[in-house]
Amino acid sequence: MFGKLTLEAFPFHVPIVMGTLSVVAILGLALVIALTKYQKWGYLWREWITSVDHKRLGVMYIILAMVMLLRGFADAIMMRTQLAAATNGAAGYLPPEHYDQIFTAHGVIMIIFMAMPFMIGLMNIVVPLQIGARDVAFPFLNNLSFWLAVSGALLVNISLAVGEFAKTGWVAYPPLSELTFSPDSGVDYYIWALQISGIGTTLTGVNFLVTVLKMRTRGMKLMQMPIFTWTCTWANILIVASFPILTGALAMLTLDRYLDFHFFTNDLGGNAMMYINLFWAWGHPEVYILVLPAFGIFSEIISTFSGKRLFGYTSMVFASGAISVLGFIVWLHHFFTMGSSADVNAFFGVTTMIIAVPTGVKLFNWLFTMYKGRVQFKPPVLWTLGFMVTFTIGGMTGVLLSVPGADYVLHNSLFLIAHFHNTIIGGAVFGYLAGFSYWFPKAMGYKLDEKWGKRAFWFWQIGFYVAFMPLYVLGFLGMNRRVNHTDNPDWNMWLYIACAGAFIIALGVLSQLIQLYVSYRDREKNRDVTGDPWNGHTLEWSTMSPPQFYNFAQEPVVKDIDAFTDMKENGTAYQRPEKYAPIHMPRNTGAGFIMGMLLTACGFGMVWHIWWLVIVTFLATIVTYIKRCYDNDIDYYVQPDEIEKIENEHIAAVQSTLKA
Amino acid sequence: MSQHDQAHQDHGIKPYVIGFVLAVILTVIPFWLVMSGSMDKVTTLWTIVIFAVVQIAVHLKYFLHLSLTTEEGKMNTFTFLFSALIIVLVVGLSVWILYASNAMMMG
Repeated sequence: MFGKLTLEAFPFHVPIVMGTLSVVAILGLALVIALTKYQKWGYLWREWITSVDHKRLGVMYIILAMVMLLRGFADAIMMRTQLAAATNGAAGYLPPEHYDQIFTAHGVIMIIFMAMPFMIGLMNIVVPLQIGARDVAFPFLNNLSFWLAVSGALLVNISLAVGEFAKTGWVAYPPLSELTFSPDSGVDYYIWALQISGIGTTLTGVNFLVTVLKMRTRGMKLMQMPIFTWTCTWANILIVASFPILTGALAMLTLDRYLDFHFFTNDLGGNAMMYINLFWAWGHPEVYILVLPAFGIFSEIISTFSGKRLFGYTSMVFASGAISVLGFIVWLHHFFTMGSSADVNAFFGVTTMIIAVPTGVKLFNWLFTMYKGRVQFKPPVLWTLGFMVTFTIGGMTGVLLSVPGADYVLHNSLFLIAHFHNTIIGGAVFGYLAGFSYWFPKAMGYKLDEKWGKRAFWFWQIGFYVAFMPLYVLGFLGMNRRVNHTDNPDWNMWLYIACAGAFIIALGVLSQLIQLYVSYRDREKNRDVTGDPWNGHTLEWSTMSPPQFYNFAQEPVVKDIDAFTDMKENGTAYQRPEKYAPIHMPRNTGAGFIMGMLLTACGFGMVWHIWWLVIVTFLATIVTYIKRCYDNDIDYYVQPDEIEKIENEHIAAVQSTLKA
Repeated sequence: MSQHDQAHQDHGIKPYVIGFVLAVILTVIPFWLVMSGSMDKVTTLWTIVIFAVVQIAVHLKYFLHLSLTTEEGKMNTFTFLFSALIIVLVVGLSVWILYASNAMMMG
């Protein structure tokens, strides 16, 4: 009846897990009671869960990212405190089998369920607005993608309560991840969480590529798209080209584990190196998928807050393209030590070094954008400046690692850990947090509190250096990653410093939570009346904050890269047309949510070999999809009188502000 | 709906006929070369490869309507070229990597 699932799968004997679960249960219960008391269930279902509006989906993606950030960060704190406690041969408080799950979950969550939803969330909110579109090309697909991402995140979190998570590290290399060495449910949770959310990501990539190719507003050429849209487009090209590789590699691992295939086993002709090869053929483009949109965010911010056009727009677009293509031919640098030939290692070492060139082009473009501008030191700019320094250090240690000879010494040491946190936190995460504070007023209608924003930045920035610079030293001193406890007095001091750094970052995270609370409390004071709080350059700032649900009453006509600046200079901004035409809009649908939840149950059934559950939920998913395909009532028209009312309100608000 | 129909060009039967005739010619010649054995083995092999590549181009142009003149054709062509590039890179480099590592293992 329940497959492999027995009562022993529930971790009653692990106090840390049970404590966490009871906190989650209490919070969940409080949420349910609050929703029932204020009768918000219907609102939640109609306005959010079933929404196909790209702005709402974007907000939900970012909420998912922030929840998962807290979970992944809790893992990080546990690892650092364990390593600070377990010196001089002490055992610490986390036994190895638990610690191994924590570092695996930390990696998977931070990459797949924090960074990706954060990036996709910002892309959802901003890209359609920047190209003057009313929604994405396939609004229902967008909703489905989101619920597939949630489905994967749910599976990772269910593994905390039922069974366990993978103990293999976030890469799940065979033969360790094969049935022989990982017979329990952990790797299966890993496989299905990544598989379901990965398919959602592929669909998002397709959706947004079609959107930018087919749905740009009148007059907007490809080389007039705002730079953030461009970097997202490169990222989407990478998604479409690379995520199927992950899907394929995981499918083969699944066949190995479930049907006794031998793709990656050591015997019967399998080759574990092929998994490593395929994993990184996806994994390396993946890090560029994360960081390219962040580059776009920095470009938008530095241009807006310097009061200047972006320096070298064209070179920026082509540098992003060069990074995208080069990003596809460097993946072997993740496994130089597999022992391929010297030619292979030399080729991939050189291509890796070359990537530093277009990245350098971007850095100089940002510097030249600031040159002779009036830079306003608001939180988004602070994140950007912090990024420029931090990411440059991370990039240079990357070039050090790209020398195969040096890599043989530093492979899997803490030097590597320091390097990729240096680029992912200093590059991607700083970028998303910059974009978060930059576009927050657009999405929510009020600005974030600056004082707490600055505090959050400084705690993050200082905490980052205190936490990760010691890891470079520890790498040189010979400490490996994924170590549970140590017995080397030379390392102790650095481990203590790194632990302190993690707690400084925790203050940063705390400041961000306080910032959200304070900003919400003072929202009337910080309200963004005009929809253009920063004197923005691009079309998203020409809408209300939060934008009208149809985005644009009529499609704007674009003649310039900085389309909105151009309109403001020529006096064509905020113009009322003589007559409004009805607007064609998609209807909300529950199909995406239902399919996502069914697939969660299906994945759970696969993990525990509950075959009836797998068959029932999979068939139900297909039926739901077919039913949705035959649904004809999927759209409606917004009538001119309703549009006129909303638009008049916006124009009146803008005019009263301009007079004041 | 009508907009959708307009976007989808009507190609008529002509390109298919041209494509079919070219495809037949490009298939028959290599066949004849092999059956008659009028050239030595290496030359035959390379001729077949060249004809195969031309065959691919014919299929792409006449059956899949890739072109560099219309907006839609351009988009399809660049998508195709990019996909081909990525596949060649990923498959080609993967084969090289694993071949080289196997060679090291076997001595």
